Amino acid sequence: MKKGDSLLKMVISLGVITCISAALLAWVYSITADPIKQAEREKQAEAIKAVTPVYDNDPIAEEDDVMPVGEPAPLAVFPARRNGNLVGAAVESYSSDGFSGEISVMYGFDINGNVTGYEVLNHTETPGLGDKMDEWFRDSLSTQRNIIGKDPAKTDMKVSKDGGDIDGITAATITSRAFLDALRRAHNAFIQYRDSEKR
Amino acid sequence: MLEYLSIIITAIFVNNIVFAQFLGICPFMGVSRRLTSATGMGMAVTFVMAIATCVTWILQNYVLVPAGLEFMQTIVFILVIATLVQMLEIILKKITPALYQALGVFLPLITTNCAVLGVAIIVVRNGMGLTQSIVYAVATAIGFTLALWIFAGIREQLELTDVPRPMRGVPIALICAGLLAMAFMGFSGILIK
Amino acid sequence: MNKLRIIYNGLVTENPTFVLLLGMCPTLGTTSSAFNGMGMGLATMGVLICSNMAISAIKRLIPSKVRIPCYIVVIATFVTVLQMFMQAYLPSLYATLGIFIPLIVVNCILLGRAEAFASRHTVIDSMFDGIGIGFGFTIALTMLGTVREFLGTGSIFNYGIYPETYGSLVFILAPGAFIALGLMIALFNRIRQKHTDHA
Repeated sequence: MKKGDSLLKMVISLGVITCISAALLAWVYSITADPIKQAEREKQAEAIKAVTPVYDNDPIAEEDDVMPVGEPAPLAVFPARRNGNLVGAAVESYSSDGFSGEISVMYGFDINGNVTGYEVLNHTETPGLGDKMDEWFRDSLSTQRNIIGKDPAKTDMKVSKDGGDIDGITAATITSRAFLDALRRAHNAFIQYRDSEKR
Repeated sequence: MLEYLSIIITAIFVNNIVFAQFLGICPFMGVSRRLTSATGMGMAVTFVMAIATCVTWILQNYVLVPAGLEFMQTIVFILVIATLVQMLEIILKKITPALYQALGVFLPLITTNCAVLGVAIIVVRNGMGLTQSIVYAVATAIGFTLALWIFAGIREQLELTDVPRPMRGVPIALICAGLLAMAFMGFSGILIK
Repeated sequence: MNKLRIIYNGLVTENPTFVLLLGMCPTLGTTSSAFNGMGMGLATMGVLICSNMAISAIKRLIPSKVRIPCYIVVIATFVTVLQMFMQAYLPSLYATLGIFIPLIVVNCILLGRAEAFASRHTVIDSMFDGIGIGFGFTIALTMLGTVREFLGTGSIFNYGIYPETYGSLVFILAPGAFIALGLMIALFNRIRQKHTDHA
């Protein structure tokens, strides 16, 4: 390293390096932008496919925002159709009452409002406790836990501790409440969407 | 108002930056040997974190996003933090030599404190507003200082204790930090509505 | 300089986690499972190799007064490139590691190696240093992840060894991270002390 580097030289070399970096990043950005969007779409599409009844349309293309009564934010509803008739929908719902923040879950419903499936999209719940919700509420061996096939309008979708019909996750009642809270919100949005479609 | 209170409690206790989010561990281990240096470091971090979050938030929302340059985020943020730290050093030296005396040695360490960059990125990712972001940054820094204080107190005692040779220094400090993290877990689940 | 010697140096003598005690944040934050730890280690190693080589190549062109900002720009560039590629092709790992990916920029290991090694050695030697140190970091993270996953959930790399209900959950959570790392460093110290005592 030479002594007495001039200010000009310092500014130029830092500037040149930053420009090269920016150019490189812009190039990488341009080639990865599409795959990133694709990956996000695929994740969403997979979740929709996993939770809804069999469909032959493109639910993502028909995405609709529904504002359930008394809610602060709209929910995204992805309608599933067969031969043009509505057979159910996937609803992306959330609850901000999780143990350590917001949870977001994709719920599926058939045309009668029965739960057909769910897929947890995002959460920050405690690993090993709260994150058991991925599987807990679709355990086909336990009717007390399972929400699949049940109609939230007829079943009391609350944890048994609160006098409801569903057994919450052991040692993770707050997460279970948040999960069922999100389910209730999704169900309301779906019923509202279905009824507005019928009219 | 309640919203800000909730942010503050969460950032200081529930999601403490050191014990729950694992950020800023290097200065946490490095400067927590003495209570006085812990205080100095805590103040310096609070100062830089508040200003850096404010500047990066404005840059992100008024320059990078409108220009479609979100991919420059990491570079811009780290350069802003490094420049800010340098500027602060010069300004403090000129205006309040006393404060510079107290904080000076800690300032260069802050550039590579991942808590500062971490908070700047977290507020952008969570889509917080400007006021929320600044409140969050200050509260996080207070949480960091609190962690540093408690830990410095413990380590001053620890130095007088006879610890098995391989456990001396960092290993026993880490285990103490683990026990503290366990204590902080008691705060989790607190919700203010 | 002997290439194998450089790699051995990074793996054992100057192991970034157990000896130099650098990069603690990702070490603690991403090792809740063996796979996550390995992913983080490999990501860091990739950036380290690239940044070491680039810095070594341009070391003569940078005035010494602005070298640190220049190093930071180079490192941040490679981190962003990695971030975009991971988002596009490994979205689930990207989601798990989350904020720790952009935070590779402030990992003391990278700037430390740039200053201590790459700015003084040839491009090829710097590459081997990157491999050695990066590998040492990856091994350490994988080991810590394995221990935590095994004690916490009873499996290693998702392969069940004993029933999950007997696992001690605390090792997956924050306190377990600190305690497991503390004990592992102590063990490493003990082994090294034995070595020096005998020699």
